[in-house]
Amino acid sequence: MHGSTQHIEYLLRLADNPLVLGQRLAEWCGHGPALEEDLALTNIALDLIGQARLVLSHAGRLEGRGRDEDAFAFRRDAGEFRNCTMLELPNAGANAGGAADADYAVTIVRNFLFSSFQALQWEALAASADGELAAIAVKSLKETRYHVHHAAEWTIRLGDGTDLSHARVERALAGLWPYAAEFFAADAVDRALADARIGVEPASLEAPWRAGVAEVLHEATLEVPVASKFRSTGKFGVHGEHLGYVLAEMQFLQRAYPGGQW
Amino acid sequence: MTTPEWPLFEVFIRSKQGLDHKHCGSLHAADAAMALRMARDVYTRRQEGVSIWVVPSIAITASDPDSKDEMFDPAADKIYRHPTFYRLPDEVDHM
Repeated sequence: MHGSTQHIEYLLRLADNPLVLGQRLAEWCGHGPALEEDLALTNIALDLIGQARLVLSHAGRLEGRGRDEDAFAFRRDAGEFRNCTMLELPNAGANAGGAADADYAVTIVRNFLFSSFQALQWEALAASADGELAAIAVKSLKETRYHVHHAAEWTIRLGDGTDLSHARVERALAGLWPYAAEFFAADAVDRALADARIGVEPASLEAPWRAGVAEVLHEATLEVPVASKFRSTGKFGVHGEHLGYVLAEMQFLQRAYPGGQW
Repeated sequence: MTTPEWPLFEVFIRSKQGLDHKHCGSLHAADAAMALRMARDVYTRRQEGVSIWVVPSIAITASDPDSKDEMFDPAADKIYRHPTFYRLPDEVDHM
């Protein structure tokens, strides 16, 4: 079976989100705020990279040009990546510092906003006409529900915690919120795949996402931020400045030693 | 300034249905709900379990190692307390 160009494009959008966020979360390895959280984050990172591997391998088979998961992950340049921009932002947040300034509130809020979206996406894709994708969705949904649980619990603890934790999670939310609009942006690819019952119309996930997110934010004593006109465009291949740095680290080995195995 | 330490919890894992929960370690967490979730991440990454219990370590009353002799040694020579003189049918496993 060969897939259309649009089908491959759609799969890359699905795969690059967990791939790039998994890479960002892996940066916490050995630097988590407590041993238990360090392990939790690396578990989640590995879940996400595992999801990306399955979807990329599937895309490679459908494409039929001999590209495997590694070719997609390690030998594409930034402009060919299709992740939403929120997921490539540094762990310190959109506008701040380097790895040393990594902010746990940013990681928790990003994981919460994204996994809440991704869970709805997998739920819908479990009924995809693409049987392989449906199977991946069913498997991944269990993992993603746990990611939602983990991030929601921490969002509530930090939001409804001390003055300092509340202020930091509020700042993280304000910084990340404008990037969430991109989850629901659609173009001809999304519409064609939704029409073919392979994909899901992103806009159809917005109302349930808002409801789920608002419920947790309320419990966390946080206000739902007001909508902004800002629109990020990573899923259409137009990224911010940060993705290049993610790829430089992630792809270094395969760029320096092409085809290297160990 | 001292950072208050999260309290310690003991973690018990049931490896499969029908077996009992076994103590497998401990961890620090702010409360029981967090301890349960963390136990999942720390102790069941390699499919070790199907059920988890967490118990505040402070809730456990332990025997004193110094009174080990008077507590346990007197049982050493009471061989008649062991049910080893019965012949068991083959069908009875795990006695």
